[in-house]
Amino acid sequence: MSEKLSGVIVAHTELAEALLAAVRAIAGDETGLVAVSNRGSDLKALMKRIDEAVGGRPALIFADMPGGSCAHTAAALARGRPELRVVTGVNLAMLLDFVFHRELPLEAAAERMVQTGRVSVGIVAR
Amino acid sequence: MIVLYRIDDRLIHGQVVVGWGQRLGIGFIVLVNDEVRASDWEQEICRMGVPPSIELVFATVAEAAARLPEWEGDGRRGIVLTGDVDTMVSLARAMPGRRCVNLGGIHAREGRTERLRYVFLTPEEATKLRALAAEGVEVTAQDVPTAKPVPIAELV
Repeated sequence: MSEKLSGVIVAHTELAEALLAAVRAIAGDETGLVAVSNRGSDLKALMKRIDEAVGGRPALIFADMPGGSCAHTAAALARGRPELRVVTGVNLAMLLDFVFHRELPLEAAAERMVQTGRVSVGIVAR
Repeated sequence: MIVLYRIDDRLIHGQVVVGWGQRLGIGFIVLVNDEVRASDWEQEICRMGVPPSIELVFATVAEAAARLPEWEGDGRRGIVLTGDVDTMVSLARAMPGRRCVNLGGIHAREGRTERLRYVFLTPEEATKLRALAAEGVEVTAQDVPTAKPVPIAELV
């Protein structure tokens, strides 16, 4: 039985903590997720923060906006680190799905998160 | 023409591309950073955040100093971005015409003290920026276009 995946949410200001709080409210406290903010950090300091949150374990990194400092730094960190994947456009549906699919292989989990995230975006009333 | 000379240690990111880029109607961004200029994969990461409507140019300090007149004469509006004070100080000497430098994000690091929520400077950096201002360059801190610019004299 391989180790379950960890998840690291990396987002602007309070967004990562707020997303994590919402996940806990819905799915309980065993989320496998930690939150990292880009608050007050340059790229190097943010990279250190993300690396510490990853803690050397296989992990999915959920970044908010492609091209933002969070996604930029996560992508730079994951370079040459086969145990890491970075998914952008993090949303609540994606994170909730992650909590219940942490046993998946890393690549499959990353692809699943992209699908779940995409499917959750739409117009539900008009 | 260059409409913004900015120091930002997050390099190409949301505040620059969206915050300033949208508001100023930017057509090109020049990132002046020797390390990124030499690294294909770092350039690729930077490109991730820039829409196809904005041209992204990577330059070393020497290349940027040589090409500033060309960019100033460009019909599109552009941003010149450096990741640190030293690079911008080197460039400032080559700036033609009206000279302004925007402190957009210089974050906490050992040896730096907080001047604003998003501006931390070592004593050496503060001295260099003061000297730049004394040479007639308008140096102000402003993270996003809607914020009030803070003159360097109020920070150092």
